[in-house]
Amino acid sequence: MAEGSGGLNRFYVVLGALAVLLGATLFVLLRSGGGSTAAAAGPPHAVVDDGFRGYTLGEGHAPVEIVEYVDYECPICAQFATIQMPTIRQQLIETAKVRWRVRDYPLSIHQYSRYAAHATQCGGEQGKFWEMQDQLFYNHAWAQTGRNPGRLFHDLAKAAGLNVDQYDACMASGKYASRIEFSREEGDSLLVDGTPTFFLGGKKLVFRRLPTSDAHTPPPPPPPPPPAAKTAQPHERH
Amino acid sequence: MRHRQAIALLALVGLFVAVYLWLHAIGIGGAIKCGASGGCEVVQTSRWAVFLGQPVALYGVIGYVVILIVALAALRPVALVQRGWGVLLVGLATVGALFTAYLTYLELFVIHAICRWCFGSAMIITLIWIVSLAALRRPFAAPSPPPSSPP
Repeated sequence: MAEGSGGLNRFYVVLGALAVLLGATLFVLLRSGGGSTAAAAGPPHAVVDDGFRGYTLGEGHAPVEIVEYVDYECPICAQFATIQMPTIRQQLIETAKVRWRVRDYPLSIHQYSRYAAHATQCGGEQGKFWEMQDQLFYNHAWAQTGRNPGRLFHDLAKAAGLNVDQYDACMASGKYASRIEFSREEGDSLLVDGTPTFFLGGKKLVFRRLPTSDAHTPPPPPPPPPPAAKTAQPHERH
Repeated sequence: MRHRQAIALLALVGLFVAVYLWLHAIGIGGAIKCGASGGCEVVQTSRWAVFLGQPVALYGVIGYVVILIVALAALRPVALVQRGWGVLLVGLATVGALFTAYLTYLELFVIHAICRWCFGSAMIITLIWIVSLAALRRPFAAPSPPPSSPP
């Protein structure tokens, strides 16, 4: 019996020590943001600064510029583009309050991110960057299948209104790979640690949660006029 | 006794994993974005990550707390000889393992992404289930008779 209670005491010491150890680990993990580190570079590319700094949406004289680092295979980026971005576009960009700039940050964990980024650049070459981006984000199932999306992107380019022969030639040349890698390295230098990452005036914005469409409740409609006044009106006219 | 001790230790580790996932789900500890952790973002932002209005991880937290409490209660000297505690642990572990199996099915065949933390939790609850079953199969020692003085 004494041996049993001694064994139990040892067990409680081990349990307590484990609890302290796990608690400390949890604290460290939460402080470091879950161990998300800057993505490692993918296959090396020759990096040349061609002076390109991303496509922009909105007026040049808008008082605020937001830079978004994006990865086209990232589900959160797709969620942001399809759920939050339409409202931002309507309420902030089209009203000239904000100018939006997109930079590429293909994560190494995603197989076709660079390929997709290149597709948007080939769209941009024909003046249809945003149309191509919308096609990739609104038809995002390609990012879940793991299959080569080359054929699908060709169709999406067509849907975006691109000249597909020119698009195919652009994709075959890989001429924007260097530009995309330059953007990614720029993101690294700014300590981008995932996508989407936003900068406002050079300051990194941190969102703990992206609001969902359900979470976005529109402002309540103005209260209807009191019933008394409503019914009184016809009488007043008489 | 060793089995119940193992279950308590495993439940503590499982609790740590579930608390971490739950804190992430409610927005504490790191921004929600795609990063080096791969599939966790996909899983945590999928529509299956919420069950009855609460993050799935919260049910993990509750489950592991209950298993931990029951395992500690079953380690009291008076409970060590009672088979009912072992049955209760098997029941709890079975419910947890079935729920986890459903979530893992969703990850593999519906969401097509695996979150390594969720996978870790699945391993832990499976181990708890195996250990609790093994404990039940062992014959329970009869309560030791009270010491009697020689006539």
